[in-house]
Amino acid sequence: MITVTAARKHYGSFLALDDVDIDIPSGSLTALLGPSGSGKSTLLRAIAGLEGLDGGTVTIDGRDVTAEPPQRRGIGFVFQHYAAFKHMTVRDNVAFGLTIRKRPKAEIAKKVDDLLEIVGLDGFQHRYPAQLSGGQRQRMALARALAVDPQVLLLDEPFGALDAKVRTDLRQWLRRLHDEVHVTTVLVTHDQEEALDVADRIAVLNHGRIEQVGDPVTLYERPANDFVMGFLGSVATLGGQLVRPHDIVLDRDRTTALALDAKVADSPGVITATVERVVPLGFEVRIDLRADSGERFAAQITRRDAAELGLHEGETIHARATSRSTVVDHDPALAI
Amino acid sequence: MTSNAIDSRGAEHSASPLSRPGSSGRDASETTTDGAGEGGRSRGSATPGTTPKRRRVGTVRPLGIGIVTLWLSVIVLLPLAALTVAAFSEGWAGFWDAVTAPAAIAALWVTVLVSAIVAVVNAVTGTLIAWVLVRDDFRGKRFVNAIIDLPFALPTIVASIVLLSLYGPNSPIDVHLNATRWGLIVALLFVTLPFVVRSVQPVLIEADREVEEAAASLGASSWTTFRRVVLPTLAPAILSGTGLAFARAIGEYGSVVLIGGNIPRETQVASQYIQQQIEIDRPVNAAAVSVALLAIAFATLLVLRVVASRTQRREERDA
Repeated sequence: MITVTAARKHYGSFLALDDVDIDIPSGSLTALLGPSGSGKSTLLRAIAGLEGLDGGTVTIDGRDVTAEPPQRRGIGFVFQHYAAFKHMTVRDNVAFGLTIRKRPKAEIAKKVDDLLEIVGLDGFQHRYPAQLSGGQRQRMALARALAVDPQVLLLDEPFGALDAKVRTDLRQWLRRLHDEVHVTTVLVTHDQEEALDVADRIAVLNHGRIEQVGDPVTLYERPANDFVMGFLGSVATLGGQLVRPHDIVLDRDRTTALALDAKVADSPGVITATVERVVPLGFEVRIDLRADSGERFAAQITRRDAAELGLHEGETIHARATSRSTVVDHDPALAI
Repeated sequence: MTSNAIDSRGAEHSASPLSRPGSSGRDASETTTDGAGEGGRSRGSATPGTTPKRRRVGTVRPLGIGIVTLWLSVIVLLPLAALTVAAFSEGWAGFWDAVTAPAAIAALWVTVLVSAIVAVVNAVTGTLIAWVLVRDDFRGKRFVNAIIDLPFALPTIVASIVLLSLYGPNSPIDVHLNATRWGLIVALLFVTLPFVVRSVQPVLIEADREVEEAAASLGASSWTTFRRVVLPTLAPAILSGTGLAFARAIGEYGSVVLIGGNIPRETQVASQYIQQQIEIDRPVNAAAVSVALLAIAFATLLVLRVVASRTQRREERDA
């Protein structure tokens, strides 16, 4: 369990952390999600002790480590750009934490080989980091961090430097690894898809503040505000309210649309709009619409629904939010 | 004719980056260069219909290679060849006698010993100075950074006078290094100061701080991090700076001529011995010892090359 209380951090006049409180339960995989400059990396580095705080405390498993240097916090840290020891072989990289603790050679060798097998780098023991791909380097960095049996594993945008395909593979691999190893893990990311894919808890940060903490489903379906809703998934503005594009129902017939509308308590009602563009996205089709009020928004419907409607550009259509849709009042001040 | 046109274009291209900074009409100069480039390219296609052979950007034309070869021959190789011929003008035996004369051996020994000490001291202090200049912030840092090169830029005889006035017979601080090996060491330390500093500094600036943070997160103390993570990264730069300092030290004359005292077998360095042999009209001896110095310097640079290429192969710089 990691507890951060009233954490504050300034960089000159820039407020990176503004009285942040967060509990990270033992064994969880928590994502700190936010745009750049939101303070997520600063928070992670403060937990690691790589960044000092101006105020507040950090405890790890009940031990106040606020004044401890990173060496004595029992952490493993993985950097976006791998931070590999370039002059050492893969084996020496992974063994580093154990070697400096002067563990017996046989114990080190066994542990390193076990870890390299877990991260899928068995047989790469004698390679140098320069001879590995980005994904392999990051897995080596992960094995290196895990070698010292950290109480918490901290990952700072670990997949940010990798290309899209490797990134998805590696985060699913990380998820499986976490299910095996169960070490409390905190992952910093700006990619909402990555957070939803990997984490069992997500903390959304903005301007040095935590906007909401919760499991992915809660955050997606019951966002606390505009910002959280906008950051986790796409949104459409429908009659002054934020709605998920796939929660918008389109109907050619105004009366059936209105009849259904009665069941929706706080829905924005039925909007009449003109079809501007029909964009096939594979399984779904995005319909770009312009409301009579001039407001532009997009709806996302399945391919079959789109085929049934048979929409064409320039046609008029009636749109409304479905009865179970996620709706947040639009506050322009919070918008991203 | 065609090749001439291309060559002149090559020269034009190589000249343009030099003329660019400072020239205010930058856009204009670029368009002219481009225009010439187009012309050259179309002339370059030998057979119509085939695609003109495009050179990769940054490759060197035969003319460039020719100039470099000629320059190195005239400036470096020819004089060295002349020296070697002079050294062997009395045959191999004459060369060997000249080099193994007791006074010559003593002078070479003093030179190598003192230079080695100077190089090792430089390796440590130079790295430290570079570290402070890159990692620490203090008032007057830019000034300190600027004066590092001063001992190197100063005429060496001036350095000798400076040191003599401080450590000589009339030393104001009562430290007398005149005509001692300590005097030689101090003089050589003075003139070789910038070598290690200037070779380590850029590497340290480029060094990835996250690597050090990674070591810290794994439990390494600052000293362990420095020794096991930072030092291996700096090692090639330290080594090359040290090698250059050593090579400079073995050939140094001006800065040691006054403070060294020129005492045979004690403080007489090889360059002073060479000077002495010329004065007493023994040019073969002078040339022979010069060739010995040349061999030592060459061996030093060769070792540097080998070590540098080995480390480079190991950690190809990317990512």
